[in-house]
Amino acid sequence: MLRLEKRPNPSKFWLYATPIVAVILTMIAGGIMFALLGKNPFAVIQTIFWDPLFGKFAYYLRGQLLVKAGPLVLIAVGLSLGFRAGIWNIGAEGQYIMGAVFGAAVGLAAFPTESRWIFPAMIVAGAFGGWLWAMIPAILKTRLNTNEILVSLMLVYVAQTILAMAATGFLRNPEGMGFPGSRNFSSFPAAANGELFVGTGLHWGVVTAIATVIFAYVLLQRHLMGFQIKLAGQAPRAARFHGVSPNRLVVMCMGISGALAGLAGLFEVTGPAGQITIDFNVGYGFTAIIVAFLGRLNPLGIMLAGLLMALTYIGGEMASTNLGLPAAAIQAFQGMLLFFLLGVDVLTNYRIRFMMMGGR
Amino acid sequence: MLRRTLLTTAALGLGLALSGTGAMAAGMDHVKACFVYVGPIGDGGWTFQHHQGALAVQEKFGDKVELQWQESVPEGADAERVLTQMALGGCNVIFTTSFGYMDATNAVAAKFPDVKFEHATGFKRDSANVSTYNARFYEGRAVEGLIAGRMTKSNKIGYIGSFPIPEVVMGINSYYLNAKKVNPNVELSVVWAFTWFDPAKEADAAKALIDQGVDVIASHTDSTAPLAEAAKTEGKVIGFGQASDMSEYKDGPRVTSIIDNWGPYYVERVGALLDGTYEQKDTWAGIAGGEVLIGEISASVPAEVKAEAEKLRDDIAAGTVHPFTGPINKQDGSAWLAEGATAPDGDLLGMNFYVEGITGDIPQ
Repeated sequence: MLRLEKRPNPSKFWLYATPIVAVILTMIAGGIMFALLGKNPFAVIQTIFWDPLFGKFAYYLRGQLLVKAGPLVLIAVGLSLGFRAGIWNIGAEGQYIMGAVFGAAVGLAAFPTESRWIFPAMIVAGAFGGWLWAMIPAILKTRLNTNEILVSLMLVYVAQTILAMAATGFLRNPEGMGFPGSRNFSSFPAAANGELFVGTGLHWGVVTAIATVIFAYVLLQRHLMGFQIKLAGQAPRAARFHGVSPNRLVVMCMGISGALAGLAGLFEVTGPAGQITIDFNVGYGFTAIIVAFLGRLNPLGIMLAGLLMALTYIGGEMASTNLGLPAAAIQAFQGMLLFFLLGVDVLTNYRIRFMMMGGR
Repeated sequence: MLRRTLLTTAALGLGLALSGTGAMAAGMDHVKACFVYVGPIGDGGWTFQHHQGALAVQEKFGDKVELQWQESVPEGADAERVLTQMALGGCNVIFTTSFGYMDATNAVAAKFPDVKFEHATGFKRDSANVSTYNARFYEGRAVEGLIAGRMTKSNKIGYIGSFPIPEVVMGINSYYLNAKKVNPNVELSVVWAFTWFDPAKEADAAKALIDQGVDVIASHTDSTAPLAEAAKTEGKVIGFGQASDMSEYKDGPRVTSIIDNWGPYYVERVGALLDGTYEQKDTWAGIAGGEVLIGEISASVPAEVKAEAEKLRDDIAAGTVHPFTGPINKQDGSAWLAEGATAPDGDLLGMNFYVEGITGDIPQ
C-alpha cells in the first residue's frame, strides 16, 4: 500500500528533478497516445523536441523559439512576483492587450514622422497601458477589498472589446479600404520592432525578457522588496509584524506584472504581429500563468519553462503539419506536460512510503 | 531588409533543390499542396469545406499531389511562422483560407518567390506569386433573405456577424434587402460575435437574438451552434446551414444552406501548376461558377416559397438578377445605387455601411 508522508522540509532534489521527470513521463504517455493515433511515436517526439532545435530548418526555428518564448517569459516573471506574495493577477492577457493598444496608439499618432524617440515613447506608453489596466483590480482590492482574481480576469474581456474598437475604429488603417486592422508597423521603421540580428529572432522584447529575468532574480535574492514578497507569501502575519504593508505590496506586484505584460504586448504588436487586429491576442497572458508555475516561480526556471513551452508549440505545429496529427492531439500533449508536472510535484513536499498490508 | 534578402537566398536555394524541375511554366510532375486552416477541420462549416476541397484535389490527381495541412492556426504572428515552415518544407502552393492571413501571406510570399500563395477572401497581391480567391456569398444571402422575409412570423429576423469586414457587411445587406423586398415590415437585428469559430459565443449570440423575438437566424460564423440553439425552440425559430450543408439539422431548424464549394477552384489551380498554365489571378465566382451552392430547401418551407427561392437562385446564376439592384440608399439616407443600377464589385469589396432600414451601427 502506498502512503504519502509530508517531508519536514521540501526536497531540494525533487524541486529540480520534477520538471525533468514530468517531461519524460509526458514523452512516454504522449508516445502511447500518438501510437494509438497510428503514428510512429518516436518520429512524433523527435519532431516536437529535436527537430526545432537541431533539425533541417533549425536555423529558422531556433529564432522562432525566442519569438514565442519572449512574451511568455516577460509576462510570467511579472506574474511570479505577485504569485509568490499571494497576489493573483489572472488578467495578464488584458494588460497585454492594453499595452499593445496604448503603445500602438502613440506610434500611429506620430505616423509618418521618422524620429528615434518614437519607439522609446511607445515602450513607455505600452508599459503604462498594462500598468493602468492592472491598477484597476489593485486599487479596487486595496480600497474596497474586492477579489483581484475576478476583477483582473473580467477586465480581459473589457480589453478585448477595446481592442476590437481599436481595430475597427480609432486605430484602423485609413488606407485599408474599410477593413479592420491598423497600419502594419513593418512599413513604419521608426516604430517597428524588427530583428536585431538577422535570422536570430532576437527582438527588443526578447532582450527585455532576458533583462527582466536578471532583474527579478536580483530583486528576489538581494533586495528588501524581494524579501517582503517572499515573506508575505510564506507567512502573511509575520510579514505584517515585520512592517510589510499588504496594500503597498498589492499595488507594487500588480503594477509590475501589469507593466511587464503591457511591454510584452507592445513588443509583439510592433514586431512579430505587426499590427493591431481584432484577434491580436492569442493567449500569451493565460499561458504565462502556466509558465510561471512550470518555472517554479523562479526567474531562471521561468526562462527555461518559457523555452520549453515554446518548443512544444513550435514542435507540435511541425508534428501537426508534417505528420498529419490533429491539432487537438498536440494540445492534449501539452496538457499532459502540466498534468505530470503537478502530479510529480507532490514529491517535493511529500515522500512515498510503501507499507505492508495489515502491517503495524 | 537584410533579413529578407538572406531568407530569400535560402529559399531560392531550397526551392531549386527541392523542385528540381526547372522553370514552373514547363509544368510539374508532382505538386505539394498545403492548406492553412483557421479552425479545426471538424468545425462542420468553413474549414470543413476547405478541407473537402483539398481532398477533391487529392482525388483528382492521386499520386501527383501530396497534401499537407495545419488546423487552427491563429491569425497573426503564428500564421507567418506556419507559412514559413510550409514554404521551407517544400510546399509548391499554399492556400491560406482566412481573411486574417492577408499580411502574413504577403510577407512570406515576398521571401519565397518560387512558392505560389493563394489567399482566400483577401485583396492584397503584393508579389507576383500571390493570388486571391473568394466566392460571392452575398448571392446565397439573397436567397436566404427571401426565405427569411417569407417565413418570419414575428417580422424580426437576425444575423450573427463574425467580424465587421466588408465580406460580412455585404452579406448582411444582401440578406436584409431581399427579405425586405418580399416583406416590407421586416426588421433586422445583428449581433457581432467577434470570432469565426467559438460555439459557446455563437450560441450566446443566437440566444440573444431569440430573446429579442427573432425567429429566423442567419449566421456568418462557422459552427453549428446557432442551429443547435434554434433547435431548442421546438420549431419556432429557423436558421440556415452556413459554409457547409449542416444537413444534420435538416429535420429541425435548418431550412436551406449556403455551401462553399472550393473543390473546383482548388482542382483548377493545382491542375494549372501541374500542366504549367498557372498564372497570378483574382477570382470571385458565385452561384453561376458553382462555388456557391444552395443546399436543398427543406419540406418545412411552403412549396410556393421554395419555388420563389429556387427561381431567385436560378436568376442570379443566369445573371438576370443582381442581389444589389437600385434604388438603394445607405443607412444615413444618402443615395448609393440609382434606379436599375447594380452594385460595382469595388463597392461591394469595400462595403463598410449598412443599407437604409437597418438599425444599429457597424462596430467602429
